[in-house]
Amino acid sequence: MNPYGYFPGCSLRATGVAYEESLLTLFRLLDLPLEELRDWNCCGATSYMSIDEESAFQLSARNLALAHKAECRDLLAPCSACYLVLRKTQDYVERYPAIGKRVKESLAAANLPVLDGVRVRHPLEVLYTDVGVERIRSRVVRKWSGGRVACYYGCQIVRPFEEVDRAHNPTRMDELLGAIGAPTVEYPLKTACCGGALTGTMHPIGVRMNYILLKEAVRKGAQAIVTVCPLCQYNLDAYQSEIRGKTSTPVDMPILYFTQVLGWALGADAESLGLKRAISGRKFLEQWFSKETQEAEAYV
Amino acid sequence: MLRTIKFQREAEPEWARQVSERPGCEGLFSCLQCGSCSGACPLSIYMDYTPRRIIALVREGFRKDALSSMTIWLCASCYSCAVHCPRQIRVTDLMYGLKREAMQSHLYPAHLPAPVLAREFYNMVRRRGRSSEFWLVLRMALKSNPFVLLGMTRTGWDLFRTGRLSLKRERIKGMSELRALVGREVAR
Amino acid sequence: MSENNGSNGAVRIGVYTCHCGANIAATVDVKAVAEYARSLPNVAVSREYKYMCSDPGQDLIRQDIRDHQLNRVVVASCSPHLHEHTFRTALKVGGLNPFFFHMVNIREQASWVHENKIHATRKAKDLVRAAVRRVARHEALERGRVAIHPDVLVVGGGIAGIHAALTLANAGKHVFLVEREATIGGHMAKFDKTFPTLDCAACILTPKMSAVRAHPNITLWTYAEVTQVDGFVGSYKVTVNRRPRYVDEDLCAGCLDCIEACVYKQAKVPDEFNMNLGKRKPIYVPFPQAVPLVPVIDPETCIQFKSGKCKKTCVDACGERHAINLRAEAKQETIEVGTVILSTGFQTFDAARTPEYGYGVHPNVYTALEVERLVNASGPTNGEVVMRDGKTPGAVGIIHCVGSRDERTNRWCSRVCCMYSLKLAHLIKEHTGAEIFNFYIDMRTPGKGFEEFYQKLLSERVHFVRGRVAEVTDWALQPSEEGKLVIQVEDTLAGFVRRIPVDMVVLATGLEPHADAQEVRRMFNITCAREGFFLERHPKLAPVNTFTDGIFLAGCCQGPKDIPDTVAQAGAAAAEAMALIDAGYVETEPNTAHVMEEVCAGCKTCIPMCPYHAISFMLDIHKSHINEALCKGCGTCVAACPAGAIKQNLFDDDEIFEEIEGILTNA
Repeated sequence: MNPYGYFPGCSLRATGVAYEESLLTLFRLLDLPLEELRDWNCCGATSYMSIDEESAFQLSARNLALAHKAECRDLLAPCSACYLVLRKTQDYVERYPAIGKRVKESLAAANLPVLDGVRVRHPLEVLYTDVGVERIRSRVVRKWSGGRVACYYGCQIVRPFEEVDRAHNPTRMDELLGAIGAPTVEYPLKTACCGGALTGTMHPIGVRMNYILLKEAVRKGAQAIVTVCPLCQYNLDAYQSEIRGKTSTPVDMPILYFTQVLGWALGADAESLGLKRAISGRKFLEQWFSKETQEAEAYV
Repeated sequence: MLRTIKFQREAEPEWARQVSERPGCEGLFSCLQCGSCSGACPLSIYMDYTPRRIIALVREGFRKDALSSMTIWLCASCYSCAVHCPRQIRVTDLMYGLKREAMQSHLYPAHLPAPVLAREFYNMVRRRGRSSEFWLVLRMALKSNPFVLLGMTRTGWDLFRTGRLSLKRERIKGMSELRALVGREVAR
Repeated sequence: MSENNGSNGAVRIGVYTCHCGANIAATVDVKAVAEYARSLPNVAVSREYKYMCSDPGQDLIRQDIRDHQLNRVVVASCSPHLHEHTFRTALKVGGLNPFFFHMVNIREQASWVHENKIHATRKAKDLVRAAVRRVARHEALERGRVAIHPDVLVVGGGIAGIHAALTLANAGKHVFLVEREATIGGHMAKFDKTFPTLDCAACILTPKMSAVRAHPNITLWTYAEVTQVDGFVGSYKVTVNRRPRYVDEDLCAGCLDCIEACVYKQAKVPDEFNMNLGKRKPIYVPFPQAVPLVPVIDPETCIQFKSGKCKKTCVDACGERHAINLRAEAKQETIEVGTVILSTGFQTFDAARTPEYGYGVHPNVYTALEVERLVNASGPTNGEVVMRDGKTPGAVGIIHCVGSRDERTNRWCSRVCCMYSLKLAHLIKEHTGAEIFNFYIDMRTPGKGFEEFYQKLLSERVHFVRGRVAEVTDWALQPSEEGKLVIQVEDTLAGFVRRIPVDMVVLATGLEPHADAQEVRRMFNITCAREGFFLERHPKLAPVNTFTDGIFLAGCCQGPKDIPDTVAQAGAAAAEAMALIDAGYVETEPNTAHVMEEVCAGCKTCIPMCPYHAISFMLDIHKSHINEALCKGCGTCVAACPAGAIKQNLFDDDEIFEEIEGILTNA
């Protein structure tokens, strides 16, 4: 089958390296070929759009044009911001003729092809639609030995485009995790913002937003939070010691990527899933993903 | 003695019309002032002007008030406002536009990290095609408020020991292609 | 003055260009158009005037017909929809056949669509030139007459249908009232008290319902639907499908012993009338004052229908009357009526479409109609405001504009929700003493006594927060919010975001057209407006007429409105129907098509083309024939006929070609 184009984005090479590791492992286990987009450039995230709109769209246009050149029909962008920016570029180029004209002119000026014919997708949606809950269920080899999880979708994969999942009360990740036997909790904040870059630019506010998310997860009985975005994972993961110090909430919760959870159930080892890269909740991770459980009998 | 009154000479209706022509802002003048955006926004409680008030200011042409607000720098682009708006106004795009204008007009406090981050990000991508998180945060801190680096040492150490702190300075091969596409200027 | 073609057969045209105040004159140079018209061939007189539709304007035409021996008239003014009839009448009064008239629309088609005066004037001149050439070809035509059958069909037995039916019946007309549900009464039967007087809905409605039942001039068919409509104004042939109740209406005495005797000792089926908040048995009456008071058996839940193995205690309880007939079948009735009143009402917005309010997810989120049943003494909780979890609320939030005024769902304002939200606030507070919060965007209280009602609510210390609620959540940020539903909203007037914990949330869902509105309107050959409500002929001056003669609208099927407006409209529709019936006939437009038999080859191409099924085939002479009463003059058959054997009055080939030539010729 045609390989999926793979757009890692800058985060997956730095703070989000565990996402890349687990994504590649999981897709390999499912026999889904991924081909990294050669010489991709940064998507611009939210910062670029704050300086210049036209060149923000042009940045993404290059990536889409490169994908078109590589005859890639589906381009996977695991990072929520990359996904949104690429998707938004496609949408705005079509919807606003003035933008479309400028982008097409600049692509031509840079000797790049058109950006048509590429579907921007997210691995969550690819796993749900192309693979399907039932096929995932049939490939499970390991029983889930971890705790209850809260599925956290964040903002940008469900807003404003609802192709990955519904904006209000999305359930696809819950369904996939349910298929591998991980008990999920009701999490009313599943699409509440983690603050994004605010933990860096307005630290007290950013940390408070993450405190709220963590506290509610604890209140609903979750023992881990499962995410789809490297920035969400980082925000929820990196500041728990600060939160413990400043509030009365003794939170020490593992923040996992859904690819790590699914990969584990399908038989991958802890190393290849980047499970050792967690900052918070390490003692739980050591229990749940221990060598013993790794080598345990296959779950029938 | 506190006195709040706004005279019409401060209003810039032409600017308001221009804003309404930006992509996403088409519904600006059909805003009901219902407040759904503010109610849905996770950061509205920290803002000096809630998103609804920003729209009220913008459509009446009070440019300086809108551009000097803290609101635009608190916006996390989560799109909750855009999804809840019964008039389908893309409030997020309005905020981006105001951020851009504020940066161009230098209408923001000098050491505010958010615009500094935006500028450093922009320049880094302009020069190298990719962003390198460590160097980006370092530059942002040094150019806005170096003392934050002290508070970040714990996080920095955590990232380092888990192999998530990359010191690599990423760069793409096709820089000339990128420059041909987006131009050469960097933001001041 | 006899209708003539002019002395010596010469065509003498009068052209009148209207200013329409500034409506036309501000953009079109009216004087120039009139001047131009004067120069055209066959034009004997050309004038411009401020308001041609006025009496002096029409007098001009009448005077000129006499003084200048005019035999054709062109008026360049507004839309024919408005004044074609006015001017045709002026011609008639002036002694000319009314169809020697042609109207040019230089308002909607020139003035209102141009900003550039030169372009607008040029277009107006083009249109007038074309009209002058065309009208020379007009021939004298006569209107036909169609008799009006005196019976009336009223579709929909809510308050609108009931009032219209009673008005007509009292005037001596025979009315067929067809209602889809097992009882008449519509939505109003579900309400508790009505605003602003707090009259009990059932108390004011049930006397009218009984009057319908008792009236000798009303044939009431409930549990019935119209399935087919044939014919045309004055003689509609309507097929009504009467679904089987399995209880014979004529034999049943309304004792309801059968319901008592049903093998289900406890009611188990969700009760639709009580918005699924209560339960009913498979054999039931929708509510105690139902009309007719005859039980219905629901074959989906009745054991006898599902398994064939019931003791049929209901049949035994009925005893000697033998009113229960489990083998009953649907019955088709065919009736002939002259006019139809559509009063099919509305449906409420489905609150599941606004998931941010948690309807269906959090048990204590209700729709307004559900709450009407809760506060109603004959409702599922006997008037106690008890929530699904068994508790009585201490704090209630009422959210206005659910589904309304929203680009994503329904763009319109549903008109009644502010008032009923105030009413529910009052009723809930009266029943429970709870703290009530109303969340609104605008407070719409325009009717008689409405503002005063709002004042009353304010003085009752109900909270009014101006802000559209963003979310209803069970996420607790503070200990006091635990176990509550938290409403997050910006209080736009006080100027901050608030989180208000309540026990119960009431969603003021809006009104929308029925899901099958498109099917119904196609059956009756009327149109729907963009939002899906049935379209009235004119929003200001003809709110109950449709573009199809003889079909009238009453109530919310035409647009959201409250009970007083519904009743007024129902009376208006009844009056319109009565006017037609008492006149005895309606005049048909002569712009119909007819087959030239000598040219017709009998190929039958035209027959399936006709959207109005107006063409039939005469087997004896092997030719097509058009029923002029059904023909709407759409022109499809005229264009389709391969032999060119069909002509249409007022749209004859030479008339059309002259008009085309006129437009294309640059004079």
